[in-house]
Amino acid sequence: MCLAVPGKLVETELIGENRVGTVQFGGIKRSVFLDFVPEAEVGDYVLVHVGFAISRLDEEEAQRTYQLLERIGMLETDPELEAQESQAKTEARTPSLAGTLDAIH
Amino acid sequence: MRYIDEYRDPKIAQALVDKIRERVTRPWVLMEICGGQTHTLMRYGIDELIPKQVELVHGPGCPVCVTPIEIVDKAVEIASRPDVTFVSYGDMLRVPGSKADLFHVKAQGADVRIAYSPMEAVKIARANPSRRVVFFAIGFETTAPANAMAAWKAREEGLTNFSELVSHVLVPPAIRLLLNSPDNRVQGFIAPGHVCTVMGYWEYKALADEFHVPIVVGGFEPVDLLEAIWMLVAQLEEGRAEVENQYARTVTSEGNQPAQRIIEQVFEVADRKWRGIGSIPSSGLRLRPEFAAFDAEKIFGLETLSAEEPADCISAQVLKGLKKPVDCPAFGAGCTPEHPLGAPMVSAEGACAAYYQYRRHTNLVSCSL
Repeated sequence: MCLAVPGKLVETELIGENRVGTVQFGGIKRSVFLDFVPEAEVGDYVLVHVGFAISRLDEEEAQRTYQLLERIGMLETDPELEAQESQAKTEARTPSLAGTLDAIH
Repeated sequence: MRYIDEYRDPKIAQALVDKIRERVTRPWVLMEICGGQTHTLMRYGIDELIPKQVELVHGPGCPVCVTPIEIVDKAVEIASRPDVTFVSYGDMLRVPGSKADLFHVKAQGADVRIAYSPMEAVKIARANPSRRVVFFAIGFETTAPANAMAAWKAREEGLTNFSELVSHVLVPPAIRLLLNSPDNRVQGFIAPGHVCTVMGYWEYKALADEFHVPIVVGGFEPVDLLEAIWMLVAQLEEGRAEVENQYARTVTSEGNQPAQRIIEQVFEVADRKWRGIGSIPSSGLRLRPEFAAFDAEKIFGLETLSAEEPADCISAQVLKGLKKPVDCPAFGAGCTPEHPLGAPMVSAEGACAAYYQYRRHTNLVSCSL
């Protein structure tokens, strides 16, 4: 019920007073109300729930955290990084993912 | 698809499972609030991937599951009228009322339609001025802005044949009720990422402080949930009880302001009954008095209709995280998605349906040991 799907905003138009967008989800396009994301522009990714965009996805935040996750994935196969990490872990008191990985940096 | 595929990367998921294993030293009970998260956990078998010390119990975050039986009875009553077109999200049609469900009414010839968005109901009202169009406005905070906006736009347009049967519920009061319960087992919560996209997570700080319980706002893909579990385990192992945000690509502390504004303009906080749980003070939303002309309960004079719930399934304990679906003697036998006894078996997001769909019922013996 709270399902929300990310898609790319490819077009916006004004229908009466409503700002409406076309959002592409993979190969499918849907019309979406943009009342709650006045800041969203063509090219942005938005999160869509029951016909309304409820947020504009934060590209920078997504990139940052995903790179951290990717490093975690790589750590598994890289003994050198693994060693660095365990050293960093003993130094770093911050337990969060971002904290641990920032410490490796 | 972007923002989905990368959060299903098996290598990262495995690495996070290893991280959780390294971190955990004793048993912890965690609860994911949202039914969408329950679905992901079951679908990807995450509950079986993580170390046995970390037990996941499933929360009440399935609006279909917690909509009280009397609201379903009201929906059935309204939908049965010959001049009404009743519009609902699909899942609600099979939820049993005390005598019938909406599918039953539809089969008898009532005009019951399934919609993906409340704006479709507004469109139907606009196109059919001689029909009284009623939208079944259920959901958590995620759905409230859309349902509020439908009423708002209908009023702006001057539509007089559109109304909403509202049964909206809120997450923080439900968490409070669970934590206040003397038999509570939950030690850490994964907060629902899409509810928090709308409302932010500032409200959860008071709960974390008061009950000394860590809360991590989590997303819906397997990597999101594994990361959220890891963050919770880290907090618990270190004795911290903070609110952290795993789902930062869409969730901010303050949430979506325009969405919150429309909720405030159209709805007001009210006591709500939760199916299987009972009445929780200030745990829901109803239409404000200035939207009385769009309130189906008032229009159709059903405000006093009430009904008792049958005591034939253990959904109350499942929704409170006290029991697992497989603990129910009816699970997979007398109760299946085709013939549900209780709402958690109806909704795709209900815990019972998730267990059933991903074949946990074949594992009954090991689950109950």
